[in-house]
Amino acid sequence: MNRCAVIMFVRLPRVPSTRCAKCLLILMLAFARPSPADERVWAPLAKDGLRDPSGPAVRILQQPADALLPLSPDNAGNQVRWVHALKEGQINPRASLRKPLVSEKYDKDVLLNLNGGMPVVRFPHSIHNEWLDCSNCHDHLFKKQRGASKISMFLILQGEQCGVCHGAVAFPLTECARCHSVKRADALAELEREEAAKAAAPTPAPPPAPTNERPSAPRKEGKGK
Amino acid sequence: MTERRRPLVLIVAAILLELSVIFAAPPVFAEYADVVLNRMAEAAGMRPVVFPHWFHRIRFRCKVCHAELGFKMRAGANQIKMTDIIDGRFCGACHDGETAWSVENCDLCHSGKAGLPPGIFGGHETLGPGRW
Repeated sequence: MNRCAVIMFVRLPRVPSTRCAKCLLILMLAFARPSPADERVWAPLAKDGLRDPSGPAVRILQQPADALLPLSPDNAGNQVRWVHALKEGQINPRASLRKPLVSEKYDKDVLLNLNGGMPVVRFPHSIHNEWLDCSNCHDHLFKKQRGASKISMFLILQGEQCGVCHGAVAFPLTECARCHSVKRADALAELEREEAAKAAAPTPAPPPAPTNERPSAPRKEGKGK
Repeated sequence: MTERRRPLVLIVAAILLELSVIFAAPPVFAEYADVVLNRMAEAAGMRPVVFPHWFHRIRFRCKVCHAELGFKMRAGANQIKMTDIIDGRFCGACHDGETAWSVENCDLCHSGKAGLPPGIFGGHETLGPGRW
């Protein structure tokens, strides 16, 4: 209350607009809330709007804050950078229950959206492979052959293609720049280098075969931004 | 007269703007990617099931459930019956009393409020797979 009073009596030229500004400032101060980005907050289970607060589950089950606070922070989704948490060993999720899935190893980055208005998308197979099996995406969501699947932001926003996970469980579609991360010039240069390397290599490697993929290709991480 | 009224209008506008900022915050507190399963639960006299993705993905990679156990990656696409779970399929692969609590603890999964629609919750979702 005092703060408002002080501001009210600060001498300013008697112009209507400054008084307005003063009033606005007072209002803003009066209703100021701490920025939500400062401190991550998770609703307790009893207040999540889904669980019955009178049931036993809300007392027995682990609370999100207890589990998620120690993990790498993020500003969207669960407020956890899951990929980072996995890489740093903060979590150690099991990769199989009974029979280990034998899936091929494929670490190639794919550059997408080369002709669009947004920056080029770098899709890292390696990160997705940590969590997922090839069969989760191939071939019903995306064909393995490059360029065979028409990827559209419209479909993604409807929950198809990338949107099956991103926007539902993986980081949400509000985080445009996390996918659209490569400047077009950098992407084209990278593809050119790749072409040159392929031309220089004497072995006729079939392009979509994932098994004889090179571990040491001259692929430079030219991340824009 | 108009000179005098203008700031008042502005102040009212400012108050309205502030109020909208305060009260328009989405009333969604469910954790991102919480799934409500209620295609059969309430029809069979049980509370809806709330499945927290965040809890499970700390302990298991996506492929364990979505490749090994056969959960389709689309809320509502899986017909999960309690008999399946008791026979060790779907949730029952872990919820067997060894890896995780067994099916006798009904209320820990069937913990949702009555009348919840099935789907994916927790905000941030676009038109995502929850809109099946």
